[in-house]
Amino acid sequence: MGNFPILSFITFLPIAGMIIILLLPKAQTLAMKSITLIITGIQVILAGFLLYHYNYGMGGINNPATFQYIEKFRWIEITGFSWIGKIKIDYFLGIDGLSIPMVLLTAIISFIATLASWKIDKAVKGYFALYLLLVTGMMGVFVALDFFLFYVFWELMLLPMYFLIGIWGGPRREYAAIKFFLYTLLGSVFILLVVIGLYFSTMETLVDGSKVFTFNMLSMMDTHNFVANGILSPMNPHNLRLIAYIALFIGFAIKIPMFPFHTWLPDAHVEAPTAISVILAGVLLKMGTYGILRVCYPVFPDITLKLVWWIGAFGMINIIYGALCAMAQKDFKKLIAYSSVSHMGFVMLGMASLNTIGISGAVLQMFNHGTITAMLFIIVGVIYDRAHTREIDAFGGLATQMPIYTGFVTLAFFAAIGLPGLSGFISESFVFLGGFAFETIRVITVISTLGLLLGAGYMLWTLQRIYLGTVPEKWKLLKDLDFREYAMLVPLSVIIIFLGVYPSFMLNLMNSSVNSMVKFMMDSRALYSSITGF
Amino acid sequence: MNVDYLVNSLYLIKPELAIASALVLLVLIDLIMGNNKKFLPYVAIAGLIAAAYFIIGQFGMNSLAFVSKSNKGMIIADPFGAFFKGIVVFASLFVVYFSIKSDEIKASFERHGEYYTLIFGMILGMFFMISASDLILIYISLELVSFSSYVLAGFTKTALRNSEAALKYVIYGGVSSGIMLFGISILYGITGSTNLYEINSLIQSSSIPNLTFILSGILIFVGIGYKISAAPFHFWTPDVYEGAPITITAFLSVASKAAGFALLIRFIKITFIKSVDSAGYWQLVDLIDWKTFFIFLSIITMTLGNFAALWQDNLKRMLAYSSIAHAGYLLLGMAVLSNQGMIAIIIYFAVYAITNLGAFFVVMLIANKIGSENIDDYKGLGYSQPFLGVSLAIFLISLTGLPPTAGFIGKLYLFIALVDAKMITLAVIALLNSVVALYYYIRVLKNLFLSRPANGTFEFKVSFSNGLVLVLLAAPIIILGIYFTPLVDLAKNSMQILGF
Repeated sequence: MGNFPILSFITFLPIAGMIIILLLPKAQTLAMKSITLIITGIQVILAGFLLYHYNYGMGGINNPATFQYIEKFRWIEITGFSWIGKIKIDYFLGIDGLSIPMVLLTAIISFIATLASWKIDKAVKGYFALYLLLVTGMMGVFVALDFFLFYVFWELMLLPMYFLIGIWGGPRREYAAIKFFLYTLLGSVFILLVVIGLYFSTMETLVDGSKVFTFNMLSMMDTHNFVANGILSPMNPHNLRLIAYIALFIGFAIKIPMFPFHTWLPDAHVEAPTAISVILAGVLLKMGTYGILRVCYPVFPDITLKLVWWIGAFGMINIIYGALCAMAQKDFKKLIAYSSVSHMGFVMLGMASLNTIGISGAVLQMFNHGTITAMLFIIVGVIYDRAHTREIDAFGGLATQMPIYTGFVTLAFFAAIGLPGLSGFISESFVFLGGFAFETIRVITVISTLGLLLGAGYMLWTLQRIYLGTVPEKWKLLKDLDFREYAMLVPLSVIIIFLGVYPSFMLNLMNSSVNSMVKFMMDSRALYSSITGF
Repeated sequence: MNVDYLVNSLYLIKPELAIASALVLLVLIDLIMGNNKKFLPYVAIAGLIAAAYFIIGQFGMNSLAFVSKSNKGMIIADPFGAFFKGIVVFASLFVVYFSIKSDEIKASFERHGEYYTLIFGMILGMFFMISASDLILIYISLELVSFSSYVLAGFTKTALRNSEAALKYVIYGGVSSGIMLFGISILYGITGSTNLYEINSLIQSSSIPNLTFILSGILIFVGIGYKISAAPFHFWTPDVYEGAPITITAFLSVASKAAGFALLIRFIKITFIKSVDSAGYWQLVDLIDWKTFFIFLSIITMTLGNFAALWQDNLKRMLAYSSIAHAGYLLLGMAVLSNQGMIAIIIYFAVYAITNLGAFFVVMLIANKIGSENIDDYKGLGYSQPFLGVSLAIFLISLTGLPPTAGFIGKLYLFIALVDAKMITLAVIALLNSVVALYYYIRVLKNLFLSRPANGTFEFKVSFSNGLVLVLLAAPIIILGIYFTPLVDLAKNSMQILGF
């Protein structure tokens, strides 16, 4: 593989596609769709390549030497300020066991969502151009290791998402789009502030021995790099680490979305076109939890250890509250949206357990939720395309009318409930095992198990209302799946079953990194207390 | 007064001389050529290019012109001044081009001589404002700018709101410059000098009556605050920006503001400074608490600008309020009272100049065709005119300050300066403000792209030259947003103020 910059390639390939699409004449819609499909297809292949050459033994997290496919060169370098020193920003990409599942997920979901976008007929050129820009932003977030770069990718996604919901969405799309934009921007300005604060608190030693302030995330994780009087340095007795942590956490939590910042999600999902819902639930939500694991945990291990109960507690609220809300929905898509809130709660609970099994469960749940929810949203899309309504009570008995479709539905529903043999079961049980093992959040975990019950409740009830019983007269003409829908549902089903039967495939991938993370967190307890003197 | 006194100084004011000559030339050509006014803008452009050439030469300079017996000069030639003069010339070049293309200006063809002459009068005034180090010269140049702009704001006599704008401008301008003059006279009364450097050494060495001094400082600030449209001296801004021809609005919002900020920085830094410490922070004379003053001023200005902009339906008026908000952000850079803050202001201003010119240019092109600046009339424009729509989107995103546009870099440096000075609360307020700002900028984008055209309007072509100018303005915003080393290098080279 040599020095081929594969991560840059996988990240910026969609931008190249976007430029080609912008140059095409308006009428060439099929060409635009095909280009997008090819580009996202190449991404899947590249992701497979990354996976094939991935070294399972390397841990990553805080040690730059154990990251893989590293690309690092100077992006911005400004010298010669006498009072502020040198400014340098690196273009720094690399992946470890935390990011590779997300890279895989992004590639797969982007590809499948391209298929889901096939029927877009309004301003096709704009749609696919923005779509590809969005894909670049998502991929970039998962491979960037420089905080500045990370932030640029993070923000890069906002605008395409705004337009994708706002132009191609449902009746209340303008409201949903602006709400999404304002919420996430509010979150990201907090992140920006912490980025700058961290920048002024950490100094990296360059090869020539000089010290410069740095945006490098991995340098921020090393306590030796903190400057003595930085506002976010642990050794500064007046540091603002707690406040910064909360600000950063909220910035990420809005994306998850964590209660009480979740209200943008149902609106965005209900109004977004199917493909965008798939992307939103499949990938975007994971950025929140990924950000917490990638940044909050290793950069602020001291605060994480203090607040871990709260992370678990909010996870529990998400699980229960999301499930209860889902149960009360009349709109099929909104129900799935709230089930996302509930399922992302499991990720938070798993993170809070701070042990290998719990964190593995959390990362696995991120991947599984990505595939399962993507499937659920496609399922909603299938029925909405045919019936032009998502009212749950309007349906009934679709199992007799669309038997194959109902087969897929049942699979996805059971996976979401966490039926053994399907992928959701593994990650959820890992989360609970992790939670039980950790004294601090044991009670929370016990309460959270109620979520499983509620989950089974609303999922089965929905299954019954829509697919069982007798078919109303007006739905007698509904056709079963077509080829494009098979192409979307089959791969996802295969992944769900495969990871249900053989979860080690994914667990091995993340194992070293999760272990490094847990070890890092545990070591830092002593380390930080020796620094701060508490 | 001997010949040497003049000869030794004239080469330091070459840009000003170039503008003055161009002004005279414009008047003469207008007189001689009679009804043939086609050449006027080209003369203007030639004059501006000459001035730009001399300004580039000034980046290496660090001297005083018209030095008095006590070795203090009237005019400073330094990189700092060169940067802001550069911004003025940059803006002027575009404004002259806009004027060639503007239907509003074309309509009063017979008065074009007057128009370009007045613009050059303004430029000359701004140049002196930027480089003056003497209160008398500051006041005169400020008035030169103001008087020229009063007339320009009401240039298209036929439109009612034009005259209203000009009248309001005169009244507010008259009052605030009167107040400023009063402040200057008090300062002169206390110190016995009008030279900023002299005043600086005086207030450091001898005891000064505290209260009177504060009074004079604040009164002088009123004049400057009016030029940069900082709240509560901003009242003229929305009306004038809305009423004046778009070309002039663009000019006021960029060039006039640049001159105002240059004056503000110079006035504060030269007059009140004791020393600059190794970390780049300014130690000021403790007579006036400028820090607190600027903190409150910037909070009021940006909050008011942003919240007022939320309710505007006229795009010009909205941009007027947004420019007030931007003045507030720029004042953040003043509030830290440090070299970092100054760098941030310079970066922010360079970006703001490009972005605002672009935004006003798009508004003008659209107004030329549909005769309206109302946001609701822009519905669906992005579909019929994707090029204009996308350009305007880039400009507005940059004004909001989202990556990967240059506007983000401007904001980033401001926040870096704030966080470095440990002014976290102020940074939080500013960041929340930028979330508010998103809402009204995005409203325009919403109308451009999220709504369909109401009645199939907007059937016009953007000419090649206009398209080229748009690209010239939009491309740097993206490029500098991704690779901003040149921008910071420029700022680094521009922050040298004579004496510090």
